[in-house]
Amino acid sequence: MKILCCVKRVPAPGAKINVTADGQDVDAAHLGFTTSPHEECAVEGAVQLIEEHGGEVTVLTLGTGDAEEQLRYAVSVGATHGVLVEADTNQWDPQRTAQAITAAIRELEGDEPFDLIMFGNESADAGGFQVGIRTAMALGRPIVQGIKGVEISDDTITARREIDGGFEVYELPRPAVLGIKEGLNLPRYPTMKGRLASKKVELNSITASAAEGGQARVKLHRPEETVSETVILGTGAEAAAAVVDVLDELGVL
Amino acid sequence: MLLVILEHENGQLVEAAREALTFGRVLAEKMGEDLEAALIGRDDDDLVEAAGQYGAETVHTATHDLLTDYGPDAYGSVIAQMVESLDPDAVLSCGSDRGNEFMANAAARLDAPFVANCTDANPGDTWEMTRVQWGGSLLEDATLTADVPLLTCGLHAVAAEIGDEEDADAEEFDVDLDESVTITMVKDRVVQEAGVTLPTAPVVVGGGRGVGSEDGFGQLEELAALLGGRVGCSRAVTNLGWRPHADQVGQTGTRIAPEIYIASGISGAIQHWVGAMASKHILAINTDKEANMVTKADWAVIGDLHEVIPAIIAEVQSRKG
Repeated sequence: MKILCCVKRVPAPGAKINVTADGQDVDAAHLGFTTSPHEECAVEGAVQLIEEHGGEVTVLTLGTGDAEEQLRYAVSVGATHGVLVEADTNQWDPQRTAQAITAAIRELEGDEPFDLIMFGNESADAGGFQVGIRTAMALGRPIVQGIKGVEISDDTITARREIDGGFEVYELPRPAVLGIKEGLNLPRYPTMKGRLASKKVELNSITASAAEGGQARVKLHRPEETVSETVILGTGAEAAAAVVDVLDELGVL
Repeated sequence: MLLVILEHENGQLVEAAREALTFGRVLAEKMGEDLEAALIGRDDDDLVEAAGQYGAETVHTATHDLLTDYGPDAYGSVIAQMVESLDPDAVLSCGSDRGNEFMANAAARLDAPFVANCTDANPGDTWEMTRVQWGGSLLEDATLTADVPLLTCGLHAVAAEIGDEEDADAEEFDVDLDESVTITMVKDRVVQEAGVTLPTAPVVVGGGRGVGSEDGFGQLEELAALLGGRVGCSRAVTNLGWRPHADQVGQTGTRIAPEIYIASGISGAIQHWVGAMASKHILAINTDKEANMVTKADWAVIGDLHEVIPAIIAEVQSRKG
């Protein structure tokens, strides 16, 4: 079985996210970088599927050379190959990104399609909610989003999507595409053997070219802070009466 | 005309659809256009009437033998056909999981741009939008150049509000579908829990790393049950395997909007905050009075949650008799 996971390199923020002076990007001067969380689960899910069924996992990212770090990380947790679709930034608009990824997938596949392609439901940073959908539809394959459970049989991919109070089941013919959400699994940590493999692996590089779409960034900014005068109701167990007064006032008792 | 695509479930408009109609009412006024709505797979009078309460003048209803359940291709296909034959000036839906999915599907069919999760939209030759990034930790000002702008409004970007009540007319929309749209349709549904759920709970009792262990959540469960609420948790907790991912409140989990969120032992990292910020009120319980969650809360109790929560439980029980 051949599985492709498309991932994005994003900053790993803590308590606050700052923006660069020109408003064009997150100020990552003091931040590490990571794989967008939904996609980290997609990679883990893909590795579990080939552990069960045999096969190979290819991980693809579109961006600058720095994004090799995320490809190598994916190999350290079990992916087989890494492909960098080289672009001048990680911030292409969604239509352009999808067009470039579609072209790269066609080049990688030749006439042997991936049995399953996984995207994150949305990227942690830009959150455009569409690159996977546009790519799948350009490739003429079915896609469903929000997936937290995947099983593969000979000709069917069964996918579960969480809804309020339960889940929905989808059954797609192979080959298909899924938009994965965090919660599919708990991603593993790299092993020593994995780390060594990730250092040695030869990454494939494809030059991206695609036309700009209709959405363009003007600037990023922080939302107005919700200034809240916190009322301290008390310390320790003694505060319980004051807490219950509040609950009573709100009518939730 | 601004066309709002309505998400519905169990014969009711979902809350996010009501938010989209509210957002759409303001947008239609800025555009100087009428507000109309679309129902896919249903044509019930009470759904049409509900859309009218939020200001929709006409509701286009698309029913078809193949529209038996939700599916992104079914919805995307109907929306693309509506764009072609109703000739709207823009199309809006809600930034829910489904809303973003079917709008992106329609956009791909139309080879048109789609802007997800807007908090503001200003029409013009080039539209100017503000949209959610990082789950709401950042906002992006963006421009949109499109023949027919397609957009969703961010979840809880506005509160649903009835207004400009219209006696909406239902108009049947003739839709042309083939079997291919059923490939991505829901095949089965499994209900795991009935009753109050995390996104709809009036009270959420949240726990973070400060709860200390899987067992430590027992007290939070007890308090939540007493108040008719649900337990939520931070990403740290699901990563530790203490709670299932379905309980996670945050950017990669559930967006909650309860009457009150009781956040205990949660520092308030940005990933958690964006899932909790739509709560109407927040009460933080934390040993650290400088914690992000405490400074952003309406009320706080400084102390160990394992002392405070049992005391609250006892107090609630004694008042309830």
